[in-house]
Amino acid sequence: MTGHQLAASTSFAEAPATIGGQAGRSTATDENSTSSSRADKEIILSVQNLEVSFKTFGGEVQAIRGVTFDLYKGETLAVVGESGCGKSVTANTIMGLIPQPPGRIRNGQVLFKEKDLTKLSKRALRDIQGVDISMIFQDPMTALNPTLKIGEQLMEGVRTHHKVSKAEARRKAVEMLDLVGISNPEERLGQYPHQFSGGMRQRIVIAIALICEPELLIADEPTTALDVTIQAQILELFAEIQRKTGVAIILITHDLGVVAKIADRIAVMYAGKIIEIGNKREIFYDPQHPYTQGLLNSVPRLDLQEEELQPIDGTPPDLFAPPEGCPFAARCPFAMEVCERVYPASTQLTEQHTVDCWLQDARAKAVFS
Amino acid sequence: MTQSKPVLLSVRNLKRHFDVGKGKTLKAVDGLSFDVYQGETFGLVGESGCGKSTAGRTILGLYNNTDGEVLFEGQDIHQMTDKERKTFLKKMQMVFQDPYASLNPRSTVYEIIAEPMEIHGMYKNKKDLRNRVNELLEDVGLNRDHANRYPHEFSGGQRQRIGIARALALDPDFIIADEPISALDVSVQAQVVKLFQRLQREKGLTYLFIAHDLSMVKYISDRIGVMYLGHLVELTTSDQLYKKPLHPYTEALLSAIPIPDPDIEEARERILLEGELPSPIDPPSGCVFRTRCPYAMGVCAERTPRWLEKDEGHFVACHLHDEEIMQEAGVRAEPAAVR
Repeated sequence: MTGHQLAASTSFAEAPATIGGQAGRSTATDENSTSSSRADKEIILSVQNLEVSFKTFGGEVQAIRGVTFDLYKGETLAVVGESGCGKSVTANTIMGLIPQPPGRIRNGQVLFKEKDLTKLSKRALRDIQGVDISMIFQDPMTALNPTLKIGEQLMEGVRTHHKVSKAEARRKAVEMLDLVGISNPEERLGQYPHQFSGGMRQRIVIAIALICEPELLIADEPTTALDVTIQAQILELFAEIQRKTGVAIILITHDLGVVAKIADRIAVMYAGKIIEIGNKREIFYDPQHPYTQGLLNSVPRLDLQEEELQPIDGTPPDLFAPPEGCPFAARCPFAMEVCERVYPASTQLTEQHTVDCWLQDARAKAVFS
Repeated sequence: MTQSKPVLLSVRNLKRHFDVGKGKTLKAVDGLSFDVYQGETFGLVGESGCGKSTAGRTILGLYNNTDGEVLFEGQDIHQMTDKERKTFLKKMQMVFQDPYASLNPRSTVYEIIAEPMEIHGMYKNKKDLRNRVNELLEDVGLNRDHANRYPHEFSGGQRQRIGIARALALDPDFIIADEPISALDVSVQAQVVKLFQRLQREKGLTYLFIAHDLSMVKYISDRIGVMYLGHLVELTTSDQLYKKPLHPYTEALLSAIPIPDPDIEEARERILLEGELPSPIDPPSGCVFRTRCPYAMGVCAERTPRWLEKDEGHFVACHLHDEEIMQEAGVRAEPAAVR
């Protein structure tokens, strides 16, 4: 396969991104595709060409190397990828949680309500953090302050941001605990985090995140620390909350099963880039990037007998010195010479499905077919 | 098919209780019985706090038992003299969960892998020992150049390979792997699981594979035991467990695991369990699962379910499947209501 090679001339590298955008891709216009028409949907967050790096003793780690995506009102976008691919850094940048230094936003914008969040002052950002955009972290044990009653932790946000009376804040806190399925909310307000189990604490964290009625909720591996039966309860809760409040969710996870259950769209990240993005069905049933395909083939499925796992050999590249070309080239079974030299342009396959891969290039297609 | 093979490890009514002060005991493992056949992979699954890791450690003798027996090749490992125990440990080794914490950061990979062989005085000659370490490194997909490096120079997957090489150093028959892949990334998990399978084929190893991820356990295991609050609730072949789960907990556990396929996932009916795991310090009377069981009956609080073989090799501890109990309770023996 590697015998076939594509010339990597400069002009080729700058070839327009429309090459693969021909009509007639089978799953592209699937009729039952639930989210086929996004045109009418309002964009609430737009991340443009974001680049973030961190200074370390060993040099500068290029954690995100040009991430672009839009988020629509009320949808769930899952960001998947392995550790170190940049998914948490993406989330933290949106939330304004990148410490600078050592972090540095080298390039790009995070547009939310016509404001570029990367340019806002800390003070201006504080009016958005926890109010319009909230975040839930992986570990419910450490996300809560062990010395404060959960009532105080719940009410702190509304009291600060919405300037409501204590009684009003309390009423709101009770309402939120009820929403996340905690019984006897009145009594529970007076209890401390250690009096709750892991699943209950994650419910409380979710209640705190939602109390100011944000438009966007970023959930970074929200169920990874929980047992599966508890995970099932929390995922059910996310779906219910979205139905009731219409909040948009960015879900960061490595669990493809969780994604299959609750995502509308999926962004697959690798080595600091989104290498493929599309709606759930496109990514699961018509993955175009060899990394996405590899990822789907490396997880065992409970419902299949005698399946054969196909691990992806090798490890992700070192982001101190990321490769010039496609970062997956070294592990890719279809890699061509051009892959190692030039990063592929994005190919728009359908309205929502975009992939960065040289295999989509008309010349590669001619060779492979 | 595995049934015709000889039994290598036999666990009989194994108990491990911990004294937690104030006269209370935590019953981490409370009456575990199962056999592991030569050459098979036996999976032990359950959620955190169910006692699966304690079971693994008690089987290896890292913990003393409170009651019961662990028979390895017919000999009770908790009754061994120190000398017998040293010989036994050459046959049974363990791979730990955390590839970061289970390797000494001050030792080179060579020292880590050579240490067990030095303790057992297996090689008189330094050169033979070095050759053996190189051979082990190659067995687990690393190479001899790695021998002089330190653990921090390796990724999680590579460290787990070092841990596996160390476990293989004494050429054991039986390996207990306690959550060996749960700290690893998805694509690396598949690499390590493949490695376990290849080593089993090449060396005829028997595994006790302890994990909470039922999809991976089902993939690698021949038979699976499901634990809940210190008890085995069901035991059968991995295919049968998925096709025909008998215990309500197994059913709920299977239904809670999301399948990476949107069509299947959206069509699935989920059995949501209420609440969380009760404390093993003061477990529920009768059946320990009854507080979360959607089918709990009066008798479940009064009597501990018997460990019954419902089909050949398919064991379950649940009153719903106990005909005597169901007749007494005046319900039809075959629990049609369950489905």
